[in-house]
Amino acid sequence: MNKIGLIISREYLTRVRKKSFIIMTIIGPLLFAALIILPTWLASQDGEQKVIEVLDESGAFQDKFQDTESVSFRYITGDLESAKERVPNETTFGLLYIPVIEVDDPTGISLYTLSNPSIVIVKTIKRTIENELEEIKLTRSGIDKETLASLKSDISVDTISLSTSGEEKASSSGAASVAGYLGSFLIYFFIFYYGAQIMRGVIEEKTNRILEVIISSVRPMQLMLGKIIGVAAVGLTQFVLWVMLTFAISSLVASVFGIEASASAQMGTQAQDVPMGEIDNIMSSLTSLNFPVIIGVFLFYFLGGYLMYGALFAAVGSAVDSDADSQQFMFPITIPLIFSIVVLGAVLKDPDGSLAFWMSMIPLTSPVVMMMRTPFGVPEWQLALSMLLLIGGFLFTSWVAGRIYRVGILMHGTKVNYKTLAKWFVLKN
Amino acid sequence: MELLITKNISKSYAAHQALDDVSISIPEQTIFGLLGPNGAGKTTLIRIITQIITHDTGEVIFNGQPMTLKLTEQIGYLPEERGLYKKMKVGEQLLYLARLKGLNRSDAVKRIKAWFKKLDISAWWDKNIEDLSKGMQQKVQFVATVLHEPKLIILDEPFSGFDPVNANVIKDEILELREKGATIIFSTHRMESVEELCDHIAMINKSKKILDGSKKDIKDSFKTNTYIVEHDQKIELANGSFVIDQQEQIDEEHYQSQVKILNGHTSNDLLSALIPTSQIISFKEKIPSINDIFISHVKSQDHE
Repeated sequence: MNKIGLIISREYLTRVRKKSFIIMTIIGPLLFAALIILPTWLASQDGEQKVIEVLDESGAFQDKFQDTESVSFRYITGDLESAKERVPNETTFGLLYIPVIEVDDPTGISLYTLSNPSIVIVKTIKRTIENELEEIKLTRSGIDKETLASLKSDISVDTISLSTSGEEKASSSGAASVAGYLGSFLIYFFIFYYGAQIMRGVIEEKTNRILEVIISSVRPMQLMLGKIIGVAAVGLTQFVLWVMLTFAISSLVASVFGIEASASAQMGTQAQDVPMGEIDNIMSSLTSLNFPVIIGVFLFYFLGGYLMYGALFAAVGSAVDSDADSQQFMFPITIPLIFSIVVLGAVLKDPDGSLAFWMSMIPLTSPVVMMMRTPFGVPEWQLALSMLLLIGGFLFTSWVAGRIYRVGILMHGTKVNYKTLAKWFVLKN
Repeated sequence: MELLITKNISKSYAAHQALDDVSISIPEQTIFGLLGPNGAGKTTLIRIITQIITHDTGEVIFNGQPMTLKLTEQIGYLPEERGLYKKMKVGEQLLYLARLKGLNRSDAVKRIKAWFKKLDISAWWDKNIEDLSKGMQQKVQFVATVLHEPKLIILDEPFSGFDPVNANVIKDEILELREKGATIIFSTHRMESVEELCDHIAMINKSKKILDGSKKDIKDSFKTNTYIVEHDQKIELANGSFVIDQQEQIDEEHYQSQVKILNGHTSNDLLSALIPTSQIISFKEKIPSINDIFISHVKSQDHE
């Protein structure tokens, strides 16, 4: 095995075996899965039907409250004080009190419960009362339901993207934005998190004083590239494990608790107003995203951006003696990254505008910005040019970083500023 | 035959001349002492030999060929500033370093086990470096340096961090390695170990080589034909053949004198001149220590 391979495998194995890696790998998917599952799970927790007693003094809402899956209504009579003493109790969840109200100024409606009612219940009650009042007002104005329905018109705009081949495709800017944001943030996170790991690795070797032993066997450049590639492999491993585990855990939990069934049932009740055609539209626009291209572009910029920044992080690590000293050099490296996240909103508004174009060409910002643009479709020549520039950027930064690194790793206790870095850079071999 | 020759090596950093025309040649299977005060340029010379940095002018010849990175696989280097990966296990770490030197896995494992047995540290294989004491770490580091059976072993202050017992263990290992055919460069400013171990020495001061040769030749050339005599009476040597440099009473009945023999006379002449005047207790030639030579050289250069 050649030496750079040995370095890569050491960097990879020692990191993958670390407790922190294993914990991150397990906790990450648990968090993601929780994010996916928890909302539906919480919603399904109201599954037990709750009984609410209704004391309607106005008399306008008799039999208007419809029982749903989660709540049923029972009408009672009497005065409020005795009803309040009697309910709520173990069998009834709460007491809904509706006083005699003015249609134009409905005040004093109260829901008495022991435990906090869920949003769904409150919404159900609110909607029912509002609908009823609306109807009363309509009747008062002499408009009946049918007239109203005939007045409303339902319009939906289908967005269709034209490809150069003249083919028409349903597109959804919503789905594209989500894919763009997700990819951009993953790249951003990956560069930062694993870039910092490279830097810490270099500082560790420097403070451990093992560097001189190693570079008497290999060239500094080999050591630097070996570290960068080894850490990249760790990042990819973690990413792949996260995707697989998230998928496995969420589908496992879902099947065990049967959440999917009840969740979709609930979705069904809520989505009753939505015509089926619209759901089909969303599905077809999701499939209209060119996933092979998006995933390919993602992997390219994921790795390309990381490699380019990784070299810079390695150079910073070589120049300083401790994590704390690295701040002054980290700043200019992180600025373009943070800037590219900041402009994502503007890029999203106009994915083909000149801001988006230039920022997706400059190698320091292109990984994040191009990822945002890709789901909206980017001309092939732009993609190719941007990729070429990124490769060039990587070669350039690793050349610069290598020149600083080879000197920096042998320096201890020197106060380093930008002038020193420049001196190291021009120093002949 | 010379294993390593440096010819007219010069190296300068921006404003600072680190090495100025340094030529040394190191015979095979010897221990070569590289001496000099801190900052003289020893480490720079070693880094040039190990190809960590490049030199401006001159040549490094290893085993008859110009030095290359591939040839450094035959060098074992123990830097002065040394350390290991703290969170890595001892065995794995040695395996990694040995394989970086071009050893294959099974050979490396075999040799590590042999060394562990020899130094009685077999139980350490699965320990993390950070769990070992400083001296134990130094032992592991020494093993890492010699594991790939290098032709040339470069030790920069090898005994720092060792207690006297372990320093002796390492000293014996160094001598044994020489017996087995290795050549050792031994860089230090601690002269007692030089006196004990080295066959050849070179002194570097202020970027320049100021002295080199075999230890014996150097010491001989610094002899002043002076003898140290212990005796029980005060002595006076009136004739012109000897000069008493110094005479002192070391206790009630003993005196010690340093007597220089002038040209054309021998130690036996001195003895026959002394015998009638006093009882002789001891008589030996004054041989300058490497330490004296070193200090006098560095000082005389500082005064220039």
